[in-house]
This record gives sequence, C-alpha cells and structure tokens, in this order.
Amino acid sequence: MKLAILPSITFASFGVLLGIGGTTFDYAEGLSYLGTDPRDCANCHIMQPQYDAWQKASHHTVATCVDCHLPHGFPEKYVAKAENGWNHSKAFTLQDFPEPIVITKKNADILHDNCLRCHADLFHDQAIAFTEGAPRCVHCHVSVGHGEPVGLGGPMALRRAKETIDP
Amino acid sequence: MKRTEDLFKRGRLYLILMVLVAAATAGVTAILLNISERKAEKRTPFVRLVEVDEDTTDPALWGKNWPKQHDTYKLTAEPTKTRYGGHGGSEALPEEKIERDPWLKRMFLGYAFSIDYRDRRGHAYMLQDQEQTKRQTKPQSGSCLHCHASVMPLYRKLGNGDAIAGFEKTYAMSYKETNKMLHDMGHAHPVSCVDCHDPKSMELRVTRPALLQAMKALASGNGEVPHLPSVQRWREGPRDRPYDINRDASRTEMRSLACAQCHVEYYCSGSFKLTYPWGNGLTVEQTEAFWNQTTLAQGERFYDYKHQETGAPILKAQHPEFELWSQGIHARSGVACADCHMPYARDGATKVSDHWVRSPLLNINRACQTCHKFPEKEIEARVAGIQDTNYGMLQDGGKAIVDLIDAVIAARRNGATEEQLASALEFQRRAQWRLDFVAAENSMGFHAPQETARILGEAADLARQGQIAALQATGAK
Repeated sequence: MKLAILPSITFASFGVLLGIGGTTFDYAEGLSYLGTDPRDCANCHIMQPQYDAWQKASHHTVATCVDCHLPHGFPEKYVAKAENGWNHSKAFTLQDFPEPIVITKKNADILHDNCLRCHADLFHDQAIAFTEGAPRCVHCHVSVGHGEPVGLGGPMALRRAKETIDP
Repeated sequence: MKRTEDLFKRGRLYLILMVLVAAATAGVTAILLNISERKAEKRTPFVRLVEVDEDTTDPALWGKNWPKQHDTYKLTAEPTKTRYGGHGGSEALPEEKIERDPWLKRMFLGYAFSIDYRDRRGHAYMLQDQEQTKRQTKPQSGSCLHCHASVMPLYRKLGNGDAIAGFEKTYAMSYKETNKMLHDMGHAHPVSCVDCHDPKSMELRVTRPALLQAMKALASGNGEVPHLPSVQRWREGPRDRPYDINRDASRTEMRSLACAQCHVEYYCSGSFKLTYPWGNGLTVEQTEAFWNQTTLAQGERFYDYKHQETGAPILKAQHPEFELWSQGIHARSGVACADCHMPYARDGATKVSDHWVRSPLLNINRACQTCHKFPEKEIEARVAGIQDTNYGMLQDGGKAIVDLIDAVIAARRNGATEEQLASALEFQRRAQWRLDFVAAENSMGFHAPQETARILGEAADLARQGQIAALQATGAK
C-alpha cells in the first residue's frame, strides 16, 4: 500500500523541524537567556548602548541587568523573563517598534521595587517610595544604572564654568 | 471497502500533520535566516565597493559603499516645513520670508536681502538655489561657494595643492567665474560626504578654511566656551601650536563643529576675506564688538550696508546657529547638533546616523525622546511655547525698529543735523544687529531660549532709545 509510507514521512518531517529548531535555538544563543550574564542581554544588538552605558555607571560593580530589571521571587522572575523575551524577540524580528526604546510601566514597577529591595535602610517608610504616581528613585538618580550622558560639556565642563564665575 | 476508507482517513490526517510541520519548519527556518542576517549586519556594517578619495565629490559614488547613509542624505531634497521654518512643498523656490514680515524688508533696504530673501530648502538644493537667487543680479564674491558646494578640490587647484591658499584667493574672484571653474572641474555638487568625512577612515573632520581659522581665533581669545572643553584644554596647555579642530576636538565636539563649518555668522565681499567674527567670543555682544573693531579695506569702521533711508551703517547677521546654540542649555548639557538634527536610527542590527538633516520637530521620537521621556505632544507644546514667545518679542522689536527709522526720517525733514542724529543711527545699528541675530537664526530662539529673549528685549529697548534720540534731535533743532 503506497499510503503506508506517509507515517514515516510525517515522523521524518518532525525530525527535520526538531533539528532546524534546535540549530536555530543554539545559533540564537537561546540557552544563554536562562542565565544572568549581562552580555547576553545585548545578544540581539538593541541593548548594546544600554550595556555599554551600564559599564560606565556606578551600579555596575553591584548590580547586573537582571538584578534591577527582573523580580527576584519564583516564579515571578521567569514569568517576567518569558514575557519580556517574547516581546523583545517579536519586536526585533518584525522591526516594528519605535526607538529610542522606553521602559514600560510594568517594567518600571519592577525596577523601582528592586531599588527599594537593596536600599530599604535609606528610605524607611518615606511616602515617596510607596506612593503610586510619585517620582521614582531613578527620576533623580538617573545616572546610577546607565551613567551620565556623555557629551561636550557634561559635569566636568560645568564645574569648570562654575569655578570661573566663583573662584 | 471500510479498510480503504480508514486508510484514506488516516492518510489525510498524516497529510494535514505534514503540512503543519512543514509550515512550522518554514517559520523556524525564516527566523534562522533572519537571525543570521542580523548577525551578518553586525559583523559587516558596510562593504567598500568603490574607492573614494579627496576628489570624490559625487555623493552617489560614496553611496555605493554607504547606501544607508546616502539614502537618507538624498531625502534632504524632500520639502519639509515647521511652524517657523522650511518650505511648503511646491516645486518652485520657497516663499519669501521677507513678504511675511514686512519690517524685515524695511530693515534691509539698501541690501541685497531686500531683493530676495526666502525660506530655506534642504541641503540638496544649496547650490541650485544659490545659482538662481535674484541676489545674483548684483555681483557676488566667489567666497559664497565656501558653503554652497563641495569646493575643496577647487581650493586645492587654486592654491597649487594648498587649500587654505586657494581659499584666500576666492574672495577677490567673482561668483560667476568661481562657479564656472567648479562646473568645469566636475565638482558642482552641494555639500557632500567628503566635506565632513575622511575618505580613508570615514572619521568626522572639518575641511572648511574659514572655520579652521575662526576656531584658532576663538581659542586664542578670552571668550568663554564651557561647552567646548577642548578649547579650554588648549588654553590651559603650553600653547606651543595653534588650536587645530581636527587634532584637538573630541568626537562629540566634532558632531557640532562639522555643522559649524557653515551654520554661523560671517561676512565676505570682493575685498574682504570670508570671516567668522569669533576673536572675542561667540555671544551677540562679543561678535558685535569684533565687527566694531574691524575696519574695511577703505579704512572705515566695518559695516555690511548703509541703510537706504537713514544712512545708518548696518551690521547684517547671517544664520548664527552655532553661536546661539553655544549659549543654550543643550550645548551646556553636552548635546551636539547631530544628536537632534541627525539622530541615530537603527537599521537591522546596525546603527546609522540619519543624514536627512532636518528639524527635530519632524522627528521628535528619535531627536528628543532619547533624553526627554515625555509624550510627543507635550514636547511639541514646550517648543511651541518657547518659539511663540520669542516670535512675539521679535515682532515687537520689528515695530520698534520701523518707528526708529520713521523718527529719523522725520527728524531729518525737520532739519536735524547729522551730528544730532549720530546717536540715533548708532542705536539703529545695535538694535538691528540684535533683531537680525534672531530673525536670521533658524530656530526661532529654541537653540537658546533665555538668551534669545534677552537679546530681543535689548533690541526693542535700543530701538526705542534710538527713536527717543531722533525725537530729541528734532526738538533740539
């Protein structure tokens, strides 16, 4: 019976899918996304400036990407990882997102919680830390994660200018 | 019979499964290829297909190597318009700026700008528009090509290899003659890749002699330039060689200085070398003082033209964008021209700076929101608030200058002497310089909002003081 060959072909095609899928996963460094190495966050090229800037920022000695940008409990961490991973790969594959990228409300909440997680001793129960809609830590401490904006003047030039006015 | 039916049913099931798996495999393969393409882009940002050198002025040749940049560069031919700048979109020359603000025409009487003064078009049109302006009915200097064409090969030819020497010859030549030489050499292109990029390394560089000389003068002077740290460093150093942009300036400074080659206040004529007035510094007062200390070939104190109705020796300002930006908060915060006017765009895995140089208002997302995390509408409203305020003040100044001119004419009719009117005419010169500093500048004050308001407040005050001086001259008859 000629039709009897169909099951074999079907199973073979599953094999091809698995093979190509596995290769793709490996080629895309899929496993690395389960880890915490900051270099992996720049795998897809979009985060390169953020990665570069983080290396110049004060927090790079104490916090990596996931320390600030992911929840620390289980399973919340992996839920956020999966959700952001899906959003990022969809956006980068379809190339349909506005740049510069801007943090979403959900991820900004995660970030803020992580500021509070480490710096609890500094703010105790100041209302600003917990009030919905109040300025977040990074509103003022903008440079801690990704550094001062580089440029012509910057803090050095401003300091010099001040010295000239008020020696 | 039943067995055959079963077989067909199972066969169909397998077929459907196969089709599904095939579709999934195709999808995964597409993703694989996509990832591979992005990785390749990251590894090879460009391929050098043709050799380009110092004499390659045709941007299309560079475009073969750097197609992404060239594609956006070509978009400068697109008509763009914002509330206070640009060109509506017809094929014709843009509308006359001077028809919209009649006081401008009055202020420019006696000068070629009162013949033809239009809104700007994009970089692609700079040479064509210059060849066609009605101001060409008066003889113009060869210096004009310094900023309207890819002129460096011509300078080298005229200077036997030394571009600076060639540049110093062109002011005495006529525009028509210089323009013809340029066409004959095949370099009749608007500003081109080679004008800002080193053809070997693609690094940013400054080629224009007038800026190289002006920055030397600025560095040697005492004008405060906290936004240009390399000048500060040079001043504090041994000063054993002159300040040289291409050696001393940082990468970020270059992202503004490349634009400052042309977007500055200048003067040139058939008897006066193209000069940027920066010896004392970059502010409106410092550049004014520079012109006041300058003498013309005939030994007179410097002026651009004598006002047709009052005879006042007037200073005409020419788009001092770099100077005004230098006084603003963006310069102080380390934001370069290119950050807002040529913001980075990502194309696949590569980062390309947008060579469609245009108003940031047409590109708020990339131009502003990199730093300002506010909604587009809010950013737009803030800019409009700044520009509308300055435009209002500019119009008030325009009324005041017209009143001053009228008062001088009336005083003269009533017999006031030139001696009695001298101070009124000096006020006219100072007020017009300030009004024009803002009117000719292409940001309606946005490049330095508070500085603009200060300049315009002073302009109106000086014009009214001049009007009072003219009225008193009449009374003193």
